[in-house]
Amino acid sequence: MTSNPVISGAFDTAVGKLEGSSCLGLHAQAALGAVTDAGLELADVDGLLCAYSMAESYPMLSSVVAEYLGLKPGFEAAVSVGGATAAVLVMQAAALVRAGTCRHVLVVTGDNRLTGMSRDGAVAALAGFGHPQFEQIYGMTIPAAYALVARRFMHERGLTCEQLAAVAVTTRKHASRHPNAQMRELITIEDVLASRPIAEPLRLLDCCLISDGAAAVVVSAGETARDLPNPTVEILGCGQGHTHEHIVVAPSLTEFGCHASAAQAFGAAGLSPRDVDVAEIYDSFTITLIVELESMGFFEPGEAGAAAAAGALDLGGRLPCNTHGGLLSYGHSGAAGGMFHAVEAVRQLRGTADDRQVENARTAFVHGDGGVLSAHCSIVLGRS
Amino acid sequence: MNDKPSPRITSDTASFWARCNEGVLSFQRCTGCGQAQFYPGTICRSCQCDTLEWEDAAGHGELHSFTIVHRAPTPAFRGDVPYIVALVDMAEGFRMMANVVEAGPDEMRIGLPVRVVFEQRGADGQQIPQVTPRR
Repeated sequence: MTSNPVISGAFDTAVGKLEGSSCLGLHAQAALGAVTDAGLELADVDGLLCAYSMAESYPMLSSVVAEYLGLKPGFEAAVSVGGATAAVLVMQAAALVRAGTCRHVLVVTGDNRLTGMSRDGAVAALAGFGHPQFEQIYGMTIPAAYALVARRFMHERGLTCEQLAAVAVTTRKHASRHPNAQMRELITIEDVLASRPIAEPLRLLDCCLISDGAAAVVVSAGETARDLPNPTVEILGCGQGHTHEHIVVAPSLTEFGCHASAAQAFGAAGLSPRDVDVAEIYDSFTITLIVELESMGFFEPGEAGAAAAAGALDLGGRLPCNTHGGLLSYGHSGAAGGMFHAVEAVRQLRGTADDRQVENARTAFVHGDGGVLSAHCSIVLGRS
Repeated sequence: MNDKPSPRITSDTASFWARCNEGVLSFQRCTGCGQAQFYPGTICRSCQCDTLEWEDAAGHGELHSFTIVHRAPTPAFRGDVPYIVALVDMAEGFRMMANVVEAGPDEMRIGLPVRVVFEQRGADGQQIPQVTPRR
């Protein structure tokens, strides 16, 4: 029997434009779904971890969610590290059960970012990640900040727009196999290159979606696994890496904290990128995924773009990646965006990913990136 | 005059913005480790000592990277699209963000030499640093 913490339950709500949804209602739906999937009841949960909401902003979201659910946990906290939050919460939950502070930690994230704040509102709010005095005054957007990375990466490593487009095309192909994905219609390289420019070299189809939706997991102490009805997934190793918040201060535009976070997670697991059967890696933009794949050691510097274009990220490829369709095509609703990756990894390791199942997936890798490749958290998961 | 934002000045940055209003770009240098620092703060990000001193920059740099923005964050910037946002490596060893003004997208390339110019913002007429190609 394992002593490693496990993910005992996972659930995600519908994603996309969910008319009539609320941030807290989505949290409740995901929370109950994950607890039920774990074979538990809400009363069994003794820890609660939440992220943040932009559509309904609360200074104490974990207290609000506990109140909304009628939960009185022994431990709760809300964490805010952008797109890294979901992975950071899972890492924190694992530490809580490993320390014996909690037995079952509910980790729940969600937002109604599309219907709750409009696309314009979301774009403006996200620009708030920029420094108020030294970035925002120049009209910097989040896509613009990632475009600065993309341009430099192309200059140093020979990446092309066609190779970036290949990431979007493959990710859409994955999404087409997921019945709940927000965007399922297949696209071509030409479609991506012909989509309207957002912040050159990034075009509309290089950018993630804006969605309503929520997702949750339950992280449980390893010794509880034998009493639970559904297969659990073992948390083999976690790591973080942080270099900056604002892109103007980033020490490099080609190497980021994901290098350290992945090395730490693989080290703890006693594994390497070669051992990964399926990867669910934060893909806020096509460039995000390429940078991470090279920095984390899945591909040599300068090779991820060509590999993506050759089909390496598809089912049957060298590294099936973002098999649910990622942020680019499955959906992106705030911190839940990163949690969709974790939920998909659980499904892959349980063998319940249906048409998108990676055959005999035993080891999965989940990664979140917050800010502009600023905050990173990596998790290695294994079939129990 | 335009309704594009003016910086929300803090005690960390007041002298920087005051110097901008005199037409000079300034930055901090750590007297401990010698590192040039931008944006300003109260401690050195390289060695954590608190002995930072202000220096004036000559205002010359080159583009480390750039993007041409077509989707503005707020209505104030919509009239400017497409506009250029760049990261600029200054000769003194620090990096800052700026718009490349009085220049077309076709001129842009990594390594392009630029010089600092100032643009007036907001009701208080705050000057903010921008860059333009050094011709």
